[in-house]
Amino acid sequence: MSQNKYDVIIVGGGISGCAVAWKLARYNLDVLLLEKDPDVATGTTKANTAIIHAGYNADPEKQKGRLNNKGNIQIKQIVKDLNIPFEEIGSLVVGMEGDDLSVLDELLEKGKRNGVEGLEIVDREWLLREEPHINKDVVAALWAPTAGIITPWEFALAMAQNAVANGAEIQLETEVLDVYTENGKVTGVKTNKGDYQTDYVVNAAGLYADDLAKMVGVEKIEIHPRKGEYYIYDHAKDFEINHVLFPIPTKISKGIVCTPTVEDNLLIGPTSDFVDSKEDLATTREGLDHVFEGAQKMFPDLTLQDSIRVFAGLRAADKTEDFVIEAADTVDGFVNVAGIQSPGLSSAPAIADLTAEILEDLGLTLEEKKDVIETREEPVRFYEMSNEERAEYVEDNKEYGKIICRCETVSYKEILDAIHGPVGARTVNAVKRRTRAGAGRCQGGFCGPRVTQILADELGIDTTEVRLEKNNSKIVEHKIKGLLGSKVIDNA
Amino acid sequence: MLKVKKDVVVIGGGPAGLAAAAEVYDNGVEDVIILERDFELGGILPQCIHNGFGLHYFKEELTGPEYSQRFENDVEERDIEVKLDTMVLDVTPDRKVYAMNQEEGFLEIEAGAVILAMGCRERTAGALGIPGTRPAGVLTAGTAQRFTNIEGYVPGEEVVILGSGDIGLIMARRMRLEGADVKAVCEILPYTGGLTRNVVQCLEDYDIPLLLNHTVTKIIGNDRLEAVEITEVDENMKPKPETSKIIKADTLLLSVGLIPENELSKKADVVLDDTTGGPFVNEGRETNIEGIFACGNVLHVHDLVDWVTQESQIAGNWAAKYVKGEYKRTGSKIKMKAGENVSYVIPHTIELDGSDRNRMPLYMRVSTPLMAVDINLYADGEKLYSFSEPFAKPGEMITVPLAQKTLDDLDDVKEIRVDIIEKEGQ
Repeated sequence: MSQNKYDVIIVGGGISGCAVAWKLARYNLDVLLLEKDPDVATGTTKANTAIIHAGYNADPEKQKGRLNNKGNIQIKQIVKDLNIPFEEIGSLVVGMEGDDLSVLDELLEKGKRNGVEGLEIVDREWLLREEPHINKDVVAALWAPTAGIITPWEFALAMAQNAVANGAEIQLETEVLDVYTENGKVTGVKTNKGDYQTDYVVNAAGLYADDLAKMVGVEKIEIHPRKGEYYIYDHAKDFEINHVLFPIPTKISKGIVCTPTVEDNLLIGPTSDFVDSKEDLATTREGLDHVFEGAQKMFPDLTLQDSIRVFAGLRAADKTEDFVIEAADTVDGFVNVAGIQSPGLSSAPAIADLTAEILEDLGLTLEEKKDVIETREEPVRFYEMSNEERAEYVEDNKEYGKIICRCETVSYKEILDAIHGPVGARTVNAVKRRTRAGAGRCQGGFCGPRVTQILADELGIDTTEVRLEKNNSKIVEHKIKGLLGSKVIDNA
Repeated sequence: MLKVKKDVVVIGGGPAGLAAAAEVYDNGVEDVIILERDFELGGILPQCIHNGFGLHYFKEELTGPEYSQRFENDVEERDIEVKLDTMVLDVTPDRKVYAMNQEEGFLEIEAGAVILAMGCRERTAGALGIPGTRPAGVLTAGTAQRFTNIEGYVPGEEVVILGSGDIGLIMARRMRLEGADVKAVCEILPYTGGLTRNVVQCLEDYDIPLLLNHTVTKIIGNDRLEAVEITEVDENMKPKPETSKIIKADTLLLSVGLIPENELSKKADVVLDDTTGGPFVNEGRETNIEGIFACGNVLHVHDLVDWVTQESQIAGNWAAKYVKGEYKRTGSKIKMKAGENVSYVIPHTIELDGSDRNRMPLYMRVSTPLMAVDINLYADGEKLYSFSEPFAKPGEMITVPLAQKTLDDLDDVKEIRVDIIEKEGQ
């Protein structure tokens, strides 16, 4: 490592940690982000509903309510600066019976108090026109035009990449084991890769934020993982959903959402069930059935025909059911950014701003750099190009001419860029998040062996060392004696 | 952008594309090109290193690579143009084919006729929605076969296989031969999806348990697969929770069905049959779009490559006729109807334009397995003819020859129906 003394160390490379790094890298500070896994955005950030909420649902008395709308407004600029796929398609809370109208009015009022613009109640005719497949029993809905859809891991990655461009460092596969303090003040962290000195630690450890907080004696944070299960559909599906659709919310959940994704897939979910383990990422029969039944209430014609994947994510919910963004009262120089569940993604830039303010209050000097890099170059996305554009790119660089993932039309060059670009991909899933290779209907059946081989070649490791995601998630077991493999045949 | 014209463009250089291209050439249309996305020809065959190919077509037993080589040789001898590592991105209804490769970049090919021969893909764990986690070590049998036989890597050491399709059965044996402990093949149905000979040669000969009426109900392990939960199902395929048991495994292979790969066909406005997953075709294997033909597993999933070859030669023959202007649609059709216990019949229609109909096999599959069957053909409800077979299973295609003479007498018939029922007196 270049040095082991930093002004600020951020623990956790999810959406919150990446947003804080993005924010702090704008100042004359040495910033280090530590992530225990081989990629950023591998926890809650990669498994959620991928929505930028308008901000009408959160309680105005809570941090959630204060930050959601603020974040929503900031995100509209950030997605332009950092070239993040985002669509402001608007959301609907859909009422199916007369009693629901009062709930919609309450939400409308709450939204106004949170400063959300453009909210209105729309009628049945409006809904039937906008959503041709919707349940014909709908009566009215709350329309929030400022809600949108985003690729959440790309959002986190883009901020991480911009932070690196502005001088921040990111250490992957580096797990914080302890926080050093001296005379009631943070002095550094102990990791599996050695010690790092710092005066300030930002705890953005997601599901593990309570464990990290305990290292400095903060006991009040209790993260109770709450699972959400989902189905995702192929983008070639013959079923149109145009907005983010919520049913009438319950006390703890916004219910089963039906939404398109930015890549034009269709996403339904999530459930909302507390689980015991922070490692419990298993979908369940009951959960999946609940999701599908919920989605069918909204869209009775929906089938599971074109579903290509099920997944579960864990909300890092604090026992207060609010964000906990504050300086620790046990030591100086430790800021908790904990309990970041929905609308955490939507609030991310506002969370970063608040964290920076708290650090400043603690004595950190925030002096903006003269030459801050505001933008991120747009990654080439072959799958969304016209044939004419593709022809131009191939003309320019022949490595675009070799398609590795046929379902999502991902070229060899894009995969090379994902591996060698800033915050480069080291695993098969990291390549998938950056390029969509393997995210299509065949789920890597065709490109999986090819991506595995490219990773081995580019990282200079053995094929048996290539991993799907974390820890010991290796793709193949061992080499067969005597077989040379396609690469050798290819070159013969 | 490189723009060229070709009489016939064959998309896919697997067994279907190879046979179709050679047949086009042999029928006097020499300006034919094969576009293949992989680095070699043969499609899935190069990774099918087991034997059992060619028993019907060549009357001898070959391995996959050997079977493929014979057709690759045919293509080479005829000097048919082949582009490897070339991905077709788009096909239009007016038969423009857009493709890309590293050497030439972007290509636009204006085709006199197009033969769709893209094959099929495997159904995945995600599509089944099996509950549990998403670890490494869960892959389709075909992907495992590629890793093992082409790339040279063993996917894992303790294996459970879900689905008893042929690739699953073949991979059960293959993994065992590589020293893996193959713990079970689970099949949710009360019968196997694969060929009888594969059940015998791949499972029974190696003492690998076949668990009928069983499915995988949970995938366990966050990083690499650690175990699977398997459960017996009732007659409605509902799991019986009291029968669940956990089997330790680092690898789960799926052989749960093949899906014709028709994304390009859809771009060309080709209409698909929900039952087969492939295009609607007439006896020349021509789709609803004039001059666009389909054959092999992109049309319907075959049990044996021999039938793929036979069908692709039909498509090649008619595509050549189309280019030469020897065949035009008449609009007058006989509809083929899948009757009792028949899931589908290929072709979907017979168009009576008086062309050569020497080779007119009907391909079909039954819906449920039966011992001793009568195969009955009816023309507009009147029995045309009938013959018997010792058994009929959904995993094995049934070929019914339709003679020229029979067809010549059918000018006014609107529909031919096939029933496959229990043999009378059984």
